[in-house]
Amino acid sequence: MIKIERLVKSFGSQQVLRGLDLEVATGSITVIIGRSGGGKSVLLRHLIGLLRPDGGRVLVNGADVTRLGGRALDEVRRRYGVVFQGGALFDSMTCAANVAFPLRENLRLPAAEVATRVEASLAQVGLEGMGSKYPAEVSGGMRKRVAIARALVTEPEIVFFDEPTTGLDPILVNTIHHLVLNLHRKLRFTAVMVSHEIPEIFEIADAVAMLHDGRIVEVGPPGVIQASPNRVVRQFIRGEPEGAEGA
Amino acid sequence: MERTRVNVTVGLFVLIGMLALGYLSVNLGRVSFLGGVGYRVTAEFPSVGGLKPGSTVEIAGVEIGRVESIALKDYQALVTLRIDSRIKLQEDSIASIKTKGLIGEKYLRISPGGSEKIIPPGGRIREVEAPVDFEELLSKYIFGKV
Amino acid sequence: MTERPLPLVLRPLDAIGRGAIAVVEALGRFGMFLAEALGTLLTPPFKFWAFIDRINYIGYRSLLIILLTGGFTGMVLGLQVYFTLVRFGSEAYLGPAVALSLIRELGPVLAALMVTGRAGSALTAEIGIMRITEQIDALTVMALNPVRYLVAPSILAGLVTFPLMTAIFDTVGIFGGYLVGVELLGLSQGTYFGEMQTFVDLNDIMMGFWKSLSFGVLVTWVCTYKGFHVGHGAEGVAKATTDAVVLSSVLILVWDYFMGTVLP
Repeated sequence: MIKIERLVKSFGSQQVLRGLDLEVATGSITVIIGRSGGGKSVLLRHLIGLLRPDGGRVLVNGADVTRLGGRALDEVRRRYGVVFQGGALFDSMTCAANVAFPLRENLRLPAAEVATRVEASLAQVGLEGMGSKYPAEVSGGMRKRVAIARALVTEPEIVFFDEPTTGLDPILVNTIHHLVLNLHRKLRFTAVMVSHEIPEIFEIADAVAMLHDGRIVEVGPPGVIQASPNRVVRQFIRGEPEGAEGA
Repeated sequence: MERTRVNVTVGLFVLIGMLALGYLSVNLGRVSFLGGVGYRVTAEFPSVGGLKPGSTVEIAGVEIGRVESIALKDYQALVTLRIDSRIKLQEDSIASIKTKGLIGEKYLRISPGGSEKIIPPGGRIREVEAPVDFEELLSKYIFGKV
Repeated sequence: MTERPLPLVLRPLDAIGRGAIAVVEALGRFGMFLAEALGTLLTPPFKFWAFIDRINYIGYRSLLIILLTGGFTGMVLGLQVYFTLVRFGSEAYLGPAVALSLIRELGPVLAALMVTGRAGSALTAEIGIMRITEQIDALTVMALNPVRYLVAPSILAGLVTFPLMTAIFDTVGIFGGYLVGVELLGLSQGTYFGEMQTFVDLNDIMMGFWKSLSFGVLVTWVCTYKGFHVGHGAEGVAKATTDAVVLSSVLILVWDYFMGTVLP
């Protein structure tokens, strides 16, 4: 379980997170939605220990990752998988080498086992036999799949997705969403996803949390969020322009 | 294969670099790989005036060794030479410090003697000749003391 | 907590203090960066293949430019020094003049400047792009230290390649000088090389060696640091690359002067 308590973060004079609270249930897919530049990615970076908050805690299975450092933090991260916005694949390596990288460098598995697991992992995301290509040689959708394969190959307990479908066409968005859903059913990881994809995201989420103005204003199952009486949430879901806010 | 190609280029680069480094240090820097071949003899001079470690030791213009070190001993300059082991120096050899050309660098010239006795390794050349001090010579000439 | 506005007289002091602290902090970060990189070189796992790749990246790919600039530097030296020496009737000393200038000064400095332009800028851009595309973050969240994978191998490769490249530069330069002095201007070959051997000694070569060794660390350190702490977007990478080349070049010349006064 991930428990975020009163998380506060400012960059210069701009306060991005203002005492944010959120709980993520083990084994669920929790999706954080909210305006662009509203601090969703900042929140995610706190969860994976890339940013330190000015105040508050992030408890992952009882350990406060905002206080951990060095080996202890690495220990937590070994149970993580992260899919970055652009995929963050290593340009200098083939797709297969990218997927193999965490296995080789972190788990120190023998080469033969790495090869079979990489092949299996690429097959899982529908990229059999594409391993020898470089990230620059494959399409955007394939890059996301490789990134997902790389995040999942170590069989992590918690997987973070930072806008995994940005820049993809609607068909690919759905494909990626269903890929995530299928893999989630098979591997039973806890997923935390940051996304803009309204309403597609409601099909796969167990819980949706709306981030607005540095706080989570509402959290609940997709049905509850879609029927929310909260004006901010309704506006966001319907994509109403900001001018309507004052009405 | 990618790995092999990188290995070959790195190997090529390192080889060329080492050859260049080797050329500089062996040919110009006079690093002897055999290190310490030859034997040592010493000589005491009232002044070495510009002779340095690494300066050449010559007989009849042919290099036979190098100046290894220069130290001060009883207010005299103690010069240690390393001489090619094939060259034997007679006990009455004369060591003199000379200059190549008018402003050239100093070197040590040994004039062979006629004695039957040979200076053993670690021995001393007794007959020495200090370098000519041009300034002194010049001033003496100008002020007419010669 | 609201701060009371500072009295007007204290404001310049406040500004100076802030500036000084910012400079010290920046230098501290810069130093810690190198310390961390050296730390990862002392503890396993060692990234041997990354190191080999970096030698290829910094060394082999700069080889052509080193050969070209080295050769022409030697030729220019041969020409210019010859016309200077000939006025004093001492053109016999062309060999040592060319060799000493190259070995003590021009070889290490020019080779370092060339490699900075060729490989240093590429190094900054590469690491900078890895930073803005979150590849460095990806390494971090895999519980792998990006400094160990990206920075330490580059610095070690700089340490190995710079002396080798300087030696290549010197050697090619000496033969460039030979080409002009002997083949073109008619000096005798024996004079050129003979006098060179007489005047150049190991101290000169060691001086060039120490210089190039320190430049190797300096350039890779600055360039990886700038790439690692890049700003946002393509503009950030462009700025970091420029900064890295300018800072490296200035530091090379400053440090060269410093080494020149300290070394024999």
